[in-house]
Amino acid sequence: MLEQAASIAAFVGQGLVLAGAIVTIIGSVGVLRFPDFYTRIHAASVTDTLGAGLIIVGLVLLGGGFFVTVKLLIIWGLILITGPTASHALANAAFTSHVKPLGRGDLRQPSASDEG
Amino acid sequence: MEWTAPLLADPSLLFGAALLVMLAAILCAIVVSRKLLTSVALTGLFTLVAALWYIAMDAPDVAFTEAVVGGGVSTLILLGSILLTRESAEPVSPSRMVFPAIAVILAGVAILYAVGSIPGFGDPASPANASVGRDYLERTYKEVGIPNVVSAVLASYRGFDTLGETTVVFAAAVGVMLLLGFGERALGDPARRHEALNPDLVEEIDHHVVLRVATKIMIPLMFLFGLYVLFHGEVGAGGGFQAGVILAIALIVHALVFGLSETMRAFPAAAMRAGASAGVLIYAGVGVINMLNGGAFLDYDFLFPPPLEQALSGPDGHAGQHYGIIAIEIGVTATVASGITAIFYGFAGRAPDIASRGASRGPESGGGS
Amino acid sequence: MIDALATGYVYAIIVAMMMASLFVLLTTGNLIRKMIGLSLFQTTAGLFYIALSKVGGGTAPIIIDAESAVGQARAARLDPAYVEHFGVDGVVYGNPLPHVLILTAIVVGVATLSVGLAIAVRVREAYGDTELDAVRRADAAASEPEPPGPRGRPNA
Repeated sequence: MLEQAASIAAFVGQGLVLAGAIVTIIGSVGVLRFPDFYTRIHAASVTDTLGAGLIIVGLVLLGGGFFVTVKLLIIWGLILITGPTASHALANAAFTSHVKPLGRGDLRQPSASDEG
Repeated sequence: MEWTAPLLADPSLLFGAALLVMLAAILCAIVVSRKLLTSVALTGLFTLVAALWYIAMDAPDVAFTEAVVGGGVSTLILLGSILLTRESAEPVSPSRMVFPAIAVILAGVAILYAVGSIPGFGDPASPANASVGRDYLERTYKEVGIPNVVSAVLASYRGFDTLGETTVVFAAAVGVMLLLGFGERALGDPARRHEALNPDLVEEIDHHVVLRVATKIMIPLMFLFGLYVLFHGEVGAGGGFQAGVILAIALIVHALVFGLSETMRAFPAAAMRAGASAGVLIYAGVGVINMLNGGAFLDYDFLFPPPLEQALSGPDGHAGQHYGIIAIEIGVTATVASGITAIFYGFAGRAPDIASRGASRGPESGGGS
Repeated sequence: MIDALATGYVYAIIVAMMMASLFVLLTTGNLIRKMIGLSLFQTTAGLFYIALSKVGGGTAPIIIDAESAVGQARAARLDPAYVEHFGVDGVVYGNPLPHVLILTAIVVGVATLSVGLAIAVRVREAYGDTELDAVRRADAAASEPEPPGPRGRPNA
């Protein structure tokens, strides 16, 4: 029974790590493909909250002793604080330096607002 | 007996190869870019990826240092100096690239030729890995009694070398202070300070609520982590250098979010000068105490007089080594933390000049110190 | 063959990166960019040292017990004769000495980098620019008509 639970946990853990990796790749593609600063930063913040979170929870399930688990959870908590704060700071800095989000119809000429 | 390294059984090989390719790609982007801001951001990225590669090469202490120093402090100082100078480099004419290109290619070919005759990557029988490195690994636990061999070599076997390096950090901090001042301009007279922090201070203050709250949570944790790294350096990755940089980064984050003058009120530049000197003094002082007790300079077995050493050690021994290493690590931490903070004060203290100069668009008033 | 390929590429890439950062350092006339090149050159030198310290199948040079779960998992991946021959008390470690050298070099590197940047900032304040061409022009202009003052300034 206990062994079964352990193997299920390992299986779920591997799945979560894989999911985290996929989310990270999706976020990276988003950073490359999205048209303006604000949408790109949205993609980047998906990477560091959801991607990192999934990977860390997966690693916790894969197991490694009590202290490793505690350390991983602390790291997760810190990422949950710092990641959104960093994204907010970047977006805030862009907003205060008058970077305009793309409006309707801007996508036709992406080069016009590419800089910034 | 001939051995080939079992690299293909080593999972870090593939990881390391991928990271090396990433490093090369980032470096190409740095070579091409003309905007200094882009170059600096990519340099920070380069050092972070290099830190990951160090992990793949089983060097967690180096990775830790590279991450906090390269990703944190040096990027920040480079950004500060861009703010204080100019934002893009002049394009270089192709004719000027000819001689450097020839020189670089010749040097590269020469080094590659030499590399052909050094032992292969990962070779456990290479002279470097098989003789002195192995010697440290075999002797450390018996002679020093701490598990982290890197810390033991750093602080005990090569303690004299590390004393020199701590002194270099101290000297560099003094040099920056002499060149750029102590950051006291940021304190200045109140009117000017207001002008410096401004122009639309009243509007901006509300934008930073999230940052202020988050950093209020983070800064105590950063201090705590710095101390953990300092005292945990004997057992795991970490030590005085990393701890010092982390403590300095905590202060720098405070200065970035709450303003330099607030930080300098809590941690005045004079305290940083005293801390940087005190660190070197602690380090050298530990060495002198050993000499007074009859040992060699920095021979921690003589940190305590022999009877006390035996009483403190118990059956395992090495009390002098433990206390000595902790003491000099504290010295290193004090010097590195204060030194880097003082360097940051020096750069940041120049910012008000730039801000007021940028506002008036005048090219002058430079060099007035 | 595959082992030669697996080992040779690391040094080749690192030397190429070293030379690329040296190229940045040599070509640019901008002082800040020169310092960036210098700092990158230093990082790549560190990469080279650490590459030398890698021991195949090794672990970080933090002494662990070969009988513990971690130690046994480490040893299980390797040939027992290899562990016997190159391991220390049953565990194969990386070489700690290059780690020590590079660890301190990194911290010293940032300290010296900041001195260089501080000089660049002072050059900017004295000459109004950090491009070496502009600094040379200012020096030439200052020295031609009259004896040079305490500070050469482009607009003087």
